[in-house]
Amino acid sequence: MTNIKYKIQDLNLHYGAFHALKNISLDLPEKQITAFIGPSGCGKSTLLKTLNRMNDLVEGCHIDGTVTLDGEDIFDRMDVNVLRRRVGMVFQKPNPFPMSIYDNIAFGPRTHGIRSRAKLDQIVEKSLRDAAIWDEVKDRLNKSALGMSGGQQQRLCIARALAIQPEVLLMDEPTSALDPISTMKVEDLVQELKKDYTIIMVTHNMQQATRVSDKTAFFLLGEVIEFNDTADLFSMPQDQRTENYITGRFG
Amino acid sequence: MKRQKIMERGMSWLFALCACMSIVAVALICVFLFANGIPAIKEIGVLDFLFGTKWAPKNVPASYGILPMIIGSLCVTLGAVVIGVPIGVLTAVYLSRFCPSKLHSVLEPLVRLMAGIPSIIYGFFGLVVLVPLARNIPGCTGVSMFAAALLLGIMILPTVINLSESSINAVPSSYYEGAVALGATHERSVFFAVLPAAKSGILAAVVLGIGRAIGETMAVIMVAGNQAVLPSSIFRGIRTMTANIVIEMGYATGLHREALIATGVVLFIFILIINLAFAVIKKRGEST
Repeated sequence: MTNIKYKIQDLNLHYGAFHALKNISLDLPEKQITAFIGPSGCGKSTLLKTLNRMNDLVEGCHIDGTVTLDGEDIFDRMDVNVLRRRVGMVFQKPNPFPMSIYDNIAFGPRTHGIRSRAKLDQIVEKSLRDAAIWDEVKDRLNKSALGMSGGQQQRLCIARALAIQPEVLLMDEPTSALDPISTMKVEDLVQELKKDYTIIMVTHNMQQATRVSDKTAFFLLGEVIEFNDTADLFSMPQDQRTENYITGRFG
Repeated sequence: MKRQKIMERGMSWLFALCACMSIVAVALICVFLFANGIPAIKEIGVLDFLFGTKWAPKNVPASYGILPMIIGSLCVTLGAVVIGVPIGVLTAVYLSRFCPSKLHSVLEPLVRLMAGIPSIIYGFFGLVVLVPLARNIPGCTGVSMFAAALLLGIMILPTVINLSESSINAVPSSYYEGAVALGATHERSVFFAVLPAAKSGILAAVVLGIGRAIGETMAVIMVAGNQAVLPSSIFRGIRTMTANIVIEMGYATGLHREALIATGVVLFIFILIINLAFAVIKKRGEST
């Protein structure tokens, strides 16, 4: 039995008058990959952004219920910057900063007070190796990150997230802007990373969910319809709506 | 059908003509300046003109060295940049990322208003407020390079603020979100992720500010003192190239008049260099 990393209880989220998440309760296991699937606008990205409180940036966003990370309430006493140090995030569109590859990776560690050049060198190399992109970029660490291909940029962003040594990695459709070969590389990478990190991934692509995830949650209109082991959810869905969705009848 | 085609052709010629107007204007200015200025520079001698430290058109023989004015223009411009750019850029950052929206709706029109104030009014402000203040500094003559730089620093603020703010606003939110998601504070995200992304726009704002400062005339005349001599300190009076032209053009004749036009040529070349430098920096910024 694996540990529970995130425990979400009776979570309700409103954007102004819009009820975006309804009574969500989920236990997300440690060092496994959990996939959130569902049609557009179903709340899966919203929930993901709640887990590192990126929704705080949205005006008029109101949250009830509790989310705990290793038993600590993330809304209550935890400093939001500490939370985000423990929980890295990779966005849908690769968003490297307009600076060198090296400085991109070093941004997080520098933010958290690491100044020593030797230490930074070490972190940059390790992060890039862990993100399986070291060999491609080691000769041009001082070149701008914006000159890389989309797939490389996304792996750079993963490396950047790894550089702050998080415990959890949130990925919001990390491959939706990538070509199939880059997608495959990112998926392989995610499989590797699961040994050390808890990964929560939003995906539009059901094949991707079956390929990479251990657990899958199916969202519809702000509710979690079904949450189960990925193999079970896709082979014998318990709910008619899940079955309709995964067999491609809507969405 | 045919009529429509003729109309289309005719209109496109009309637009082309409009576009040509500004090019023609620039070209004519160049021709006029150089045709009138170059012979004078030749007659005076390039080195004597550019590096001569004595400007005495009434002397016999007359002496036309504009180095004091070149130094004057460069110094007040540099001073204006030192004073105006940090304040302007930080104001833009504040307006764009820190300012509550209520306050923003008050500040924004005020900054716009600043841009619309005629330079002679700034000159009055300088004369009545800044010059007496400057006089309190020991060794300061009141009307001085310092007063002029301070006034120009204020005058370039709206240019720097407006352009910097719009370039900061244009930075995609993904940079900010990326930084925040790494656990960076709001301040760090703004200064180390958003601001670098806006740097070419901010640089453009600074260059336009420099252009405004070096070309400013009326306000500077009122507070700079206008002595055509090399200044011994920033608290002494100086004369800029623009001031030199305005002050003497009314009564100048012959070679004196042409020397003033030649001063305009030098000013024009400075502006060209600034624009060129900006283009180069911007290109380099985009390629890295």
